[in-house]
Amino acid sequence: MLTLDNVTKIFKTGTFGGGSTPAVRNASFEIRPGEVTALIGESGSGKSTLGKMILRLTPVTSGKITFEGTDVASLKGKRLREYYRHVQGVFQDPFSSYNPVFRADRVFATIKRSYFPDVSNAEWRGRVANSLESVGLNPVDVLDKFTHQLSGGQLQRILIARALLLDIKILVADEIISMLDASTRVDVLNLLSNLKTRGLGVLFITHDLSLGNYISERTIILRRGVVVEMGATEKVFDNPQHEYTKMLLTSVPQLHKKWEPGSDSELEAMLGPSDDDGRPGRYSKSSLHPLAGAHSRRSRREREAEAERQAAEGLLKTDTYLRTHEEVPPLVEVEDDHLVAISSGAG
Amino acid sequence: MALKVENLRLCYRTLRGDVVAVDDVSFGIDDGEIMGLAGESGCGKSTLGNGLVRMDVRMAQLGGRVELDDKELPISNDKAMRPLRFAEVSIVPQYAMSALNPTRKVGKMVAELLKSRHLDYKSALPELERRVKLVGLDAEVLKRYPIELSGGMKQRLVMVISTLLNPSLLIADEVTSALDVSTQRAVGEMLLEFRDREFVKSTMVITHDLSILAQIADTILVMYAGKLAEKVSADVVINNPLHPYTQLLISSLPEVGVRHDAKTLVGIPGRPPTLLNPPTGCRFRERCPAAFDRCAEQPPFLEVKPGHSVACWLHADAALPAGGAGAALTSSGPGVSLSQAGSADTLSGPVEELSPAGAVDGSSPSGGAE
Repeated sequence: MLTLDNVTKIFKTGTFGGGSTPAVRNASFEIRPGEVTALIGESGSGKSTLGKMILRLTPVTSGKITFEGTDVASLKGKRLREYYRHVQGVFQDPFSSYNPVFRADRVFATIKRSYFPDVSNAEWRGRVANSLESVGLNPVDVLDKFTHQLSGGQLQRILIARALLLDIKILVADEIISMLDASTRVDVLNLLSNLKTRGLGVLFITHDLSLGNYISERTIILRRGVVVEMGATEKVFDNPQHEYTKMLLTSVPQLHKKWEPGSDSELEAMLGPSDDDGRPGRYSKSSLHPLAGAHSRRSRREREAEAERQAAEGLLKTDTYLRTHEEVPPLVEVEDDHLVAISSGAG
Repeated sequence: MALKVENLRLCYRTLRGDVVAVDDVSFGIDDGEIMGLAGESGCGKSTLGNGLVRMDVRMAQLGGRVELDDKELPISNDKAMRPLRFAEVSIVPQYAMSALNPTRKVGKMVAELLKSRHLDYKSALPELERRVKLVGLDAEVLKRYPIELSGGMKQRLVMVISTLLNPSLLIADEVTSALDVSTQRAVGEMLLEFRDREFVKSTMVITHDLSILAQIADTILVMYAGKLAEKVSADVVINNPLHPYTQLLISSLPEVGVRHDAKTLVGIPGRPPTLLNPPTGCRFRERCPAAFDRCAEQPPFLEVKPGHSVACWLHADAALPAGGAGAALTSSGPGVSLSQAGSADTLSGPVEELSPAGAVDGSSPSGGAE
């Protein structure tokens, strides 16, 4: 349906555009109808950039995005508008997606003006009501209201209802529930999941692995702009192959399982082992100035921690992106529908 | 007990009337305890946290008392609080990334902060550098401007700066919510580490993310619409909560391993009531599947099992003698029973010594009054 083929995005940085930041490198995957594809990555991994490229909000540097056989980059004017009839996006912050000066239902009016100028007002009202009901909203509750009168969950659902008014085939959902309360999150998730039964393809961009796991059929793990692991969700989550995926999975806070101590050398090294010397006295504030003791004496354990920390630096480094000359690790199929990058950097 | 809060009421003064965001709240935090404060947005958790450190001009204390280390904490007296802030009570604000002064290098900012407390930066520097290294940053960051640091680095720095004077109480307001999972874990473990190294005595972690609290908190306090709903150790909140609100909140959380196809989770319908004119009776009544006629009255916050307090009429009759009042009232018997409550109770039987039957038996002198 929508296919990405070796898509790369390089941002020019620096005062005179001399530097370059590759945000996405050689990403190839497809979004299939009737499936939720979860795109999981940490900040700076390029996941939103990918979403924006699919929505044509930013051009691709190289590679090709094709939708039903046509190159998306070549679309112009009328044909671009047709593209948006089929491909729509919903973004993270529902409060900044609306203009607070106007009523929230103005988003429906703009759709009508651009795409359905011939539809009569009465029929349009019926369609809007249907669409709102299909996202679990009562039209009476949300029509003619301003954004501040509605909750975040309601606003996000109105945006989804707006997308459904069009004949959409692909929905790019970029962190749509991270601003919502836990109690309403799950309802929006279930809604997305119901959409796929209508044959919609959803690209669900998130940093939260448990959410991705909950609704997706396929999962793509992105690190520093490179796809490191992708495949059927249960295969990626139950049998992670890449070190980075494993690291992410051990870091997810879970309700019924505590973080495994020491399973993550990076964090251990970051905090250092508890040392007995050099710690301030027990609540010493009154007797002794808390900052009086100089703790510069470094114990052997502290030096070890330092060395360990530097060793782990590879994963922690603030350079989020692969440098342009670095090779993009190729993906290898480890089992049916489960691809893993041959790890070079992450070990 | 490091922190003791009794019947605290905090409100926002607005033109339309007082919005009581923290209503008659009593709890304590022990030395070395990490208490999590959870609830939906708009339930008063940040107001409580901010109120203990600095009341904004719009806020007023309507009643109650706060004690820190057996001394009264004059939270409504800005002048009296000034020497205590940073030294005794400290906060890591929500969006800590924007808490650093963008026009100062980090070290200079800390120097100014210490100077305002009549302390010398030079003598504090070795300890500051040690702690900066402890959280995995290079001491060089003190010579950088905030714009040169990543979000996670700033978050860690703010936490080091807030705890520099070893405060008795640290309030961490949504410190993990804007971070990636791996940084989230690092920050969570930092909070534990700070407690273990006694940089802080007690910590209050405010978050809407119960799964983070399951990792780091000793006890969890759940708030709803300005009132306390439930307080108990973290394990019990996760595995065997009593308040319907807590039960629904827990059951709506997706976890790794839970798939939509296998198990469809449900959210809590509706939204918290507005606090300008809060409804009478139990404030969760509107959304509660187990609500019955007695809920028209405000349920008291009672200790129903040792160390387990809850504000719900379903459980008020099991109150321990210390709780008092609730047990003496006649039981009208819950007309509807929450299926989840039933299953949760049977679960607890073999695992916990807090089995409900045992607790009721133990308290029979007063519990038997019904």
